[in-house]
Amino acid sequence: MHDGRRAVPGAMAMIDRSPWLTALSHAVMILGVLIVAFPIYLAFVASTHQPDAIVQAPMPLLPGDNFVHTYETALFGESKQGFNTSVARMMWVSFVTAMVISIGKIAISLLSAFAIVYFRFPFKMLCFWAIFVTLMLPVEVRILPTYKVVADLGMLNSYAGLTLPLIASATATFLFRQFFLTVPDELVEAARVDGAGPMRFFKDVLVPLSRTSIAALFVIQFIYGWNQYLWPLLMTTSEEMYPVVIGIKRMLAGGEAANDWNIIMATAILAMLPPALVVVLMQKWFVKGLVDTEK
Amino acid sequence: MASISLRNVVKRYGHGPKANQVIHCVNADIADGEFIVIVGPSGCGKSTLLRMVAGLEEITAGEIAIGSRVVNQLEPAQRDIAMVFQNYALYPHMSVFDNMAYGLKIAKVPKDEIRARVDKAAGILELGHLLERKPRELSGGQRQRVAMGRAIVRQPQVFLFDEPLSNLDAKLRAQTRIEIQKLHRELGITSLFVTHDQVEAMTLAQRMIVMNAGNMEQFGPPEEVYQKPASTFVASFIGSPPMNLLRQAPGGRPGALLGIRPEHLDVVPAGTDGWDVQVDTTELLGAERLIYASLGGEPLIVRIEAGASPPEPGQTLRVAPRPGHVHWFDDATGKRL
Repeated sequence: MHDGRRAVPGAMAMIDRSPWLTALSHAVMILGVLIVAFPIYLAFVASTHQPDAIVQAPMPLLPGDNFVHTYETALFGESKQGFNTSVARMMWVSFVTAMVISIGKIAISLLSAFAIVYFRFPFKMLCFWAIFVTLMLPVEVRILPTYKVVADLGMLNSYAGLTLPLIASATATFLFRQFFLTVPDELVEAARVDGAGPMRFFKDVLVPLSRTSIAALFVIQFIYGWNQYLWPLLMTTSEEMYPVVIGIKRMLAGGEAANDWNIIMATAILAMLPPALVVVLMQKWFVKGLVDTEK
Repeated sequence: MASISLRNVVKRYGHGPKANQVIHCVNADIADGEFIVIVGPSGCGKSTLLRMVAGLEEITAGEIAIGSRVVNQLEPAQRDIAMVFQNYALYPHMSVFDNMAYGLKIAKVPKDEIRARVDKAAGILELGHLLERKPRELSGGQRQRVAMGRAIVRQPQVFLFDEPLSNLDAKLRAQTRIEIQKLHRELGITSLFVTHDQVEAMTLAQRMIVMNAGNMEQFGPPEEVYQKPASTFVASFIGSPPMNLLRQAPGGRPGALLGIRPEHLDVVPAGTDGWDVQVDTTELLGAERLIYASLGGEPLIVRIEAGASPPEPGQTLRVAPRPGHVHWFDDATGKRL
């Protein structure tokens, strides 16, 4: 919050800072935090109890003593109800997928934005609009043709199949294009006078200048990749290639069968950790990338 | 070091009948080691001309040679030039050292030599203690010096300056002007300097090119440009306040304009030889005073010493042009007669 106050001192000074108002705004904030945090807390509590303790009413609200055992079973146990892969394996699949998607997206978008902004070639505007139009065609819309293509290429149940169809990104291309347009022409000319060729300029000047945007984009795309559900659901049939989000779904036996709720909750908590970690670690860069333009 | 020659240089944007010609057949020969200032109002094509020498703009027609080499088809980096940009164009993410060394690194100059050259340039420009800083941590004047340092370390044949002082405040500008002069004396590198500021042009130039609407109006030493302006444009552009141009001066010739600078008009006692002018208003500039008057309906400015008693508005004053300082221009073409 203090960043916002620094940015618009006038706006904050106008607000009457009576103690009641302070108390009220804190109450609202705490309420908001509780609403968001309580389900997560509950999931954590559930993951530390025996399965039968969870389904009893009322459900315990304090952590139990089964923590180590549950997480051990979840992470490394090969055989769970309705499911035969360890969560560790699923998380690895998710991690690789998310990394390949975010790094691939950034690399391709950087290059295509570079081409669109700095080179003159025939049908340049057509290319730009063709990329732009794909914004209107997310995976869900083109899912059947995409599936057909991936299946025909024999990429079902592979990392390539999980990532390639999701890598091309109009949003990121557009974002980098807008950023490149703000880079002063004089900088390009200075590089030309210094003897830097196009790729040298790209590597030595453009990419370092875009690093805050790259960081912001990485955070967004990592979470996007990690949370993919529909596409992996469609194209993975082997349990070896399930990402963790699909894994959680598969653990729910459905119908009358009893679920291992403690394990499911432990998996949910585990699945939340990497994206949260990425946000926490990259927060400084992320915010900088959204608000800062270093020129 | 090298001479520069421009032969029938033309710049056109677009093709066919819609083409927009911004440089009309410029010819100039610049000697080795000369300091040339290109001056003109905005939009006159002076920056375009400089950028054509740099290789940042294509040459539509004609030829530009640096030394004995025609450079029309060469990339900027191959022309052996260095350029200082108006907004300095420093790489924001590199330290001062890296900014200055970047061109040399690309040219694969050995590391020790890069170090030596940058240190030497930093010494000349007093940047030694700033080498590890980023451009954003520097003041405007320091950034300007880094931009000059980047040019110096390349040890080019030609320096090109594109209005490098326009982002500095008045005091710093005067100071940097003197530094540039000193630098040129020490290094003796042929320099082209673009500006719209006539004071910069007068003080820095060994010879100056006055541009107007894509034409070279005059090319000569500052004294000559000031004392013998080649056209009414040059007469009114160089000198502040500008030269008075009178169509109906007493003793004038038909079809000719009489030009006289405000400082070459003397107030004389009534009854002596001269012109009677109506005083409109006066302006005190410190050491001198400007009298805005009219002569037969045409505006006229007279410059007098501040110590002399100022005339009242509405008063009639007798002024006499100093002999030998009257210029004549063709009314139709504006050229000097």
